[in-house]
Amino acid sequence: MTAEIRTSDGELLSVKLKKVERRRRTTAFLLAAPLLFFIVFAYVIPIFQMLGRSIDNAEMNSFLTETHEVMQTWDGSEMPGEDVTSTFYYELKTAVENKYHGKIATRLNYEKGGFTSLIKKTSRKLKNFDENANFLDQFIDVHKKWGDIEYWQALKRGTDAYHFRKYLTTFDYEQKFDGSIERIPEKLRINVTLWLRTIFVAVGVTFCCFILAYPISHLLSVLPTRYSNLLMICVLLPFWTSLLVRTSSWMVLLQKQGVLNDTLVSLGFVADESRLELMYNMTGTFIAMTQILLPFMVLPLYSVMKTISPSLMRAATSMGATPFHAFRKIYFPLTYAGISAGSILVFVLAIGYYITPALVGGAKGILISNRIAYHMQQSLDWSLATAMATVLLIAVLVVYWLYNKIVGIDNMRLG
Amino acid sequence: MNSKKSDFVKFELVDKSYDGKELVVKGLNLDIAEGEFLTLLGPSGSGKTTTLMMLAGFETPTNGEIYFDGRPINNIPPHKRGIGMVFQNYALFPHLSVYENLAFPLKVRKVDKSEIEERINKTLKMVSLTGFENRMPAQLSGGQQQRVAVARALVFDPKLVLMDEPLGALDKNLRESMQYELKHIHESLGVTVVYVTHDQGEALTMSNRIAVFNDGKVQQLSGPNELYETPVNSFVASFIGENNTFTGTVKEIVSGSAKIETDSGETIVASPIAVSSSGEKSRISLRPERVSIDPNEQLENKFTSEIREIIYHGDHTRVRVNLLGNDDFILKVPNASSDLKLNVGDKLDLGWSSHDCRALDY
Repeated sequence: MTAEIRTSDGELLSVKLKKVERRRRTTAFLLAAPLLFFIVFAYVIPIFQMLGRSIDNAEMNSFLTETHEVMQTWDGSEMPGEDVTSTFYYELKTAVENKYHGKIATRLNYEKGGFTSLIKKTSRKLKNFDENANFLDQFIDVHKKWGDIEYWQALKRGTDAYHFRKYLTTFDYEQKFDGSIERIPEKLRINVTLWLRTIFVAVGVTFCCFILAYPISHLLSVLPTRYSNLLMICVLLPFWTSLLVRTSSWMVLLQKQGVLNDTLVSLGFVADESRLELMYNMTGTFIAMTQILLPFMVLPLYSVMKTISPSLMRAATSMGATPFHAFRKIYFPLTYAGISAGSILVFVLAIGYYITPALVGGAKGILISNRIAYHMQQSLDWSLATAMATVLLIAVLVVYWLYNKIVGIDNMRLG
Repeated sequence: MNSKKSDFVKFELVDKSYDGKELVVKGLNLDIAEGEFLTLLGPSGSGKTTTLMMLAGFETPTNGEIYFDGRPINNIPPHKRGIGMVFQNYALFPHLSVYENLAFPLKVRKVDKSEIEERINKTLKMVSLTGFENRMPAQLSGGQQQRVAVARALVFDPKLVLMDEPLGALDKNLRESMQYELKHIHESLGVTVVYVTHDQGEALTMSNRIAVFNDGKVQQLSGPNELYETPVNSFVASFIGENNTFTGTVKEIVSGSAKIETDSGETIVASPIAVSSSGEKSRISLRPERVSIDPNEQLENKFTSEIREIIYHGDHTRVRVNLLGNDDFILKVPNASSDLKLNVGDKLDLGWSSHDCRALDY
């Protein structure tokens, strides 16, 4: 029913429009391209690599490919046959010649403790093996652990190209060699505690920030510009200071011989021998994180409050509402967008916070991020570290998804 | 019917200062009668909005007392005054629907549900917005938002409604039709309205009385007619309507007419309003439409002018002439007199009566 519309030059209007629009779109794309390029290479690709690393075991699989293949026919109910042990012997021999047996030892040690020494000792004795005799017996002769079937089961499992067992570890579960999933012994459980603590701290810090930021943001929004600018600088000043410096300052303030305790003692509020434990526990983490994340709550709240016309409250009171009623029914609901934006910002930052808990948290105040760092830097169990990081990422995405469902991401105002 | 109070609202010697250095409102005495539509008119910074805010309770008088229905209200907070208010930017609650906006003052007063609905329906009908109950304010046009704001200020039956430049944000046509609408609402409800505006046309159209504010003081308080026809000082004369002025010195005042020698040396006969003795400096005010062209009747003042500029205005033509040294003397020539041929540079004889020509303060 729509007739073909042409431009004055006789070109089809839709074609012409696309042509004109294309130039505009190309310009827009070119403007965004550097950032897009940067994000893809510095952010998206590394994240996917990280996700992959948490399940990826391809390197291990490539070291012992044939052993892994032969072991697929072994059901693990009794000691492996000569086909398995001989293949393993030859592949381990190649590994020793090419000097990657150390890696094999480390990786297998994640599957079962004791593998490091087992592989190292075996590697040294490998040249004494008689290639015509029974390999299993010779393995057992080198180290009696080879007589324990679990080591062979661990070897089978540890050479899978990929696996999801690190995600079980993340939540303090383990897969037994018979395939059943169980919680790890109670004294070894730490991750669930840390997850719960992390969520508790993130929620708590978000709440504290909200309580502290709401009045100050309101004040900022109603003060005349010259005062509000000054106050805004006070709020933002910590923002411009290095995170490390700020956290260190909190250490100076909060430690047992620190400024705060000294003041309390000299004022007589606290006895000298019972100085408050404000650091190396949850209190320290809470105080320092709240202070550091406060601007992230103030800014969105302020930007929303700034848009609320003072005449709305006046209108409400002129209609007979008490100031409190007007606040509850009019002002507060209008700040929801700022509250939610600030909360999600603070929560997401808090849930992955690292430096502050590492410095002021002590053993009782560390969070899941510190555990991830531990596995990245000390235990070198990168698969576990990335599995934890992935769970953290998913948690944050779920929060975003919920936020979008409940509030709508379009309603977010960040200042 | 009880008789209407003439001092329903009373300002008694009210001063207001914000910074302790300057008085925004100076010694204000003002009585507002019950059922009256009173407009506070003035340029920005003249104290009119401050006066309204003091009445609403959002500002406290620095000195003096305000009475509302016989009660002093200086120490009564705004929410206990029971005064409806329409704000400049409407101040509709953006997160509430039209219905909820209107229900707000009623819910605060714990009116029961069925009555709330009844009153809202009635009020919406009055502002011709029936059917808009579930719209959000952002979904309404400026004029519709304005009506909701008015409805909301009236829905709880306040005895007094304050309006702070409510039509300022509307375009010209809408503003004019809303003026009539507000006037009709006021007439049908009999509610007392205090209206603030800087638009003199608006004030003349709607008000029973107008208080012209300047410099923190009421310059003149009278009906629209008197205000336009008989301004008491040169500020009012220049602020209300268009105005031609001459400055000069009073030569003599004899039996209700003053002879004034203009700065160019001619003598104009005028009504002495704000001058009482010879030798005083005076500003003479004359409405453009009171000037006759080619006068044949007996007029005290007759002069010859020279046309400087002709501006076509549709229903009338504005002619700028040089008269007695005044290069900005404006004439309004109705369009009907098409026989009149005007050309720039032509001489034009003008005349006016001394009654239309008021000698005011300098």
